Amino acid sequence: METPDLSCIDLTKRFGDAVAVDNVSFEVPAGSFFSILGPSGCGKTTIMRMIAGFLEPTSGDIQIKGQSVLNVPPNKRPVNMVFQHLALFPMMNIADNIGYGLRRQGLGKLEIEKKVDEALDRIGLPGIGKRQVNELSGGQKQRVAIARCMVLEPDVLLLDEPLGALDLKLREQMKIELKSLQHAFDTTFVYITHDQSEALVMSDSIAVMNAGQFEQVAGPEDLYYRPETAFVAGFVGDANIVKGQVVRSSGHDVELRTEYGTHIKGVSKTRDMAAGRAAEIFVRPEAIRLAKSADEVAELDNFLSGKVEQTLFNGAASRVLVKADTSGETIEVGLPQSGRFDGIRPGQEVHFGWSDKQSNVFETGGL
Amino acid sequence: MIPTIPQNRTMDIAFKVYVTLFFIYLALPLAVNAVFAFNDSQFPSLPWKGFTWNWFFGDAHPMIGVFHERPILRAIGTSIFIGVCVSTLAVIVGTTNAFLFNRYKFKGKEFLYFLMLLPLVIPGILLGISILVFSSSIANAVWDGFKWDIEALRPGVLLVVLGQFSFIATMATLVISARLKTFDKTLEEAAMNLGAGAFTAIRTVTLPYLLPAMIGAFIVAFLMSFENFNTTFMLVGSDAPLTIAMFDRLKEGSTPLLNAVSLLLMVGSSALALLMIAVQRKK
Amino acid sequence: MTSGRSLGFYLLLAPVLLWLALLVIIPHVDLALVSLRERVGVGQYALSPANYLTFLNEPLYLVTFARTAVMSILATIITLIIGFPVAYYIAKMARGKLQPILFVLCLVPFWVSELVRTFGWMILLRETGIISSLLQWLGLVSGPVELLYNDAAIMIGLVYTSMLFMVVPLVTTLSSLDDSLIEAGYDLGGSSASVFREIIVPHAMPGIVSGCIVVFMLSLGNYLTPIMLGGKDSLWFTELIYSQFIVRFNWELGAAFGFMLLFLSTAIVWTALKLSGQSLEKTMG
Repeated sequence: METPDLSCIDLTKRFGDAVAVDNVSFEVPAGSFFSILGPSGCGKTTIMRMIAGFLEPTSGDIQIKGQSVLNVPPNKRPVNMVFQHLALFPMMNIADNIGYGLRRQGLGKLEIEKKVDEALDRIGLPGIGKRQVNELSGGQKQRVAIARCMVLEPDVLLLDEPLGALDLKLREQMKIELKSLQHAFDTTFVYITHDQSEALVMSDSIAVMNAGQFEQVAGPEDLYYRPETAFVAGFVGDANIVKGQVVRSSGHDVELRTEYGTHIKGVSKTRDMAAGRAAEIFVRPEAIRLAKSADEVAELDNFLSGKVEQTLFNGAASRVLVKADTSGETIEVGLPQSGRFDGIRPGQEVHFGWSDKQSNVFETGGL
Repeated sequence: MIPTIPQNRTMDIAFKVYVTLFFIYLALPLAVNAVFAFNDSQFPSLPWKGFTWNWFFGDAHPMIGVFHERPILRAIGTSIFIGVCVSTLAVIVGTTNAFLFNRYKFKGKEFLYFLMLLPLVIPGILLGISILVFSSSIANAVWDGFKWDIEALRPGVLLVVLGQFSFIATMATLVISARLKTFDKTLEEAAMNLGAGAFTAIRTVTLPYLLPAMIGAFIVAFLMSFENFNTTFMLVGSDAPLTIAMFDRLKEGSTPLLNAVSLLLMVGSSALALLMIAVQRKK
Repeated sequence: MTSGRSLGFYLLLAPVLLWLALLVIIPHVDLALVSLRERVGVGQYALSPANYLTFLNEPLYLVTFARTAVMSILATIITLIIGFPVAYYIAKMARGKLQPILFVLCLVPFWVSELVRTFGWMILLRETGIISSLLQWLGLVSGPVELLYNDAAIMIGLVYTSMLFMVVPLVTTLSSLDDSLIEAGYDLGGSSASVFREIIVPHAMPGIVSGCIVVFMLSLGNYLTPIMLGGKDSLWFTELIYSQFIVRFNWELGAAFGFMLLFLSTAIVWTALKLSGQSLEKTMG
């Protein structure tokens, strides 16, 4: 197997008594887009700063292309970083910003000029070299910040939530653009974010981080449909979370009884859960099928009927809140935009169901 | 009381009249000062005897103009020399102080910062006499011990420079610190990330960012030095800077020559001040 | 980085320590020692409070001391009263381009030396001066009037000279007051007076205090204005210090006077800070 571009081995960082990064290991294969996704304060920025060399790990090792960089100062590491607020130098024009690293390498004037022009071409902004930083739009700055790193041909490019400062529309657009830039440069990207949609859209592989540890490292689909921990199931995407107790379990299949007495079938990662264990079931609203008659959902592993309590219109992500007749719990159900449910009103009787593969069960511990 | 709140009209007009009167009050002494530089008379007072350039360019007694008055020209030279020395020192120390107080945490930092502010609230005359007393203590001690007479420690240009520097350095520190505080430290990290060493990062990114403030501090320091009287007066030797030379003349009685010098000063300092505003705006 | 840090730190620490130690602290300690010695023979000195006793026992010194203090406080108050509406106008009422222009106009007089400004007032106020001539021309007075060489002239000069240092901090703090706070004050039923008292003044307090401190210090330590505009009997305390040092060559007494001045300024500044709940770092830094 090829040596990965970046590997962290048992990486730990303590600040006094607080553990910011707790024994994290991962590998990023060459040319891939790797994201670290987690809430603020989970330690993701600390990992990035350790890779860039602005922080020293308490223990563990960081290797780039198989070589440890622990004793390499930040300015000598073959990694470059796109900072959260981009950190473009306001006192230099665009060309000088992009040429900054090349000048530090002692390249000749002409060569720097040539490389800067090439970089500007590649990011689709030819001829803006003489402009000042504050004359660019948010998206253009973003691209310049990436070009500034890419002219140095780093082994790994680190990106620290660079889209955070942009408005929503531009952010959507930049997600796609970043992904294609990564393809164009064919460089390993390590991307940190707290925004799951950024991570899901762009990444080949995502590490979900919580409280200093990696909960799961997987591709976007696995992460979304097959979360390995309750944290991942709750953090990535929306979910109905229902508390219950295990009734019976065989292999990965589980049946639970909720607090309200409904029986729900699901799958769990842990095999053969003991009956009576407390557990939580995560069901995504869009995985639940909504129907006007009971027959339509009768063949599904779980099916219920109830009354619409509220409709929450939000375009493609519209939902209805349905109160189950038998038990009384409220479930959020995706509202298909096919037109079949146009005019659905609170109080209306509906039926809904989902397959057991769509309900992920996690033990919460205790009886 | 602000434009969005409807206001009684009389009140509004009264306010405007007041502000106008205030600016007349500000302008009056300077205006008369400037006007009488062109009075064809031995005295800067009415009656107006006609317009003349003689107080600038005249070369015959009794109307010797500024540009032919050697003592005044020499005093201007001394003032400029002192001003440049003080400003250079103040900007250097102001910059190191700005880095020290912004970038480092150390024991006694608050106390040191407090001490650093003190020269602003010590009367200038006190800074003057304390430096005078201290330098002569040293000079006397050296004389008693080694029989060397250190001329530099007696009142003169060096003591004036040190005396002015002692409080202008605080000013420079405050101006440069204020700018450094607004500096985004990740710019330095970005520079290091792009291959610059710590020192190169400061030289190529931080110092260019500070430059407008350093130029501003230099000009402010120069103007403060140029017009300082209280401290300078206690430390001056035979080479008097302009304010002291003018003061001595004024005590003997005034001629429009002094108005001419004043006008030149106004023009000179306004030019410097405008330069400073231009530099600040460019940032 | 870690290894270079300590060296860099000491390199940065050295200038500030040298500056403060050699030019501020040690000279003042030396001055204090000089003020506490008494000449008992040729080149022989003894530690004694004699100089301070001389100060306390000589009415002229005490009167001048008190007069200087009172007039400086008065000058500070007058400067505040005159400057506040102007600062308010610049910060809150002037719109568009007028605002920066007025602000710069405020600064202009202070780019030239105090001597030039004082000289301007002399031309205006003296017997043969502009105002005297103007009054005669208007027929308000029959002969030349001397407006110079009295306490009012000193006051005019002091207020004029200090104005910048009051207006600039006031404009700065008043500009930082959000207009919507004033609007909210009116919206909730406040009158101009109550909005001024409860919203504007409390917000401007740091500016008021720092302006007052600087103006007071400048007035107290002023030498030029009182000596040029003041009369024979309007003696300023700095004149006493100067004459002990330069004319009488009695450095011991002059040093004691200096410390009395320092004591006075510290006491009044400290009181002002305590009364207004501000700190030196907050108002100056």
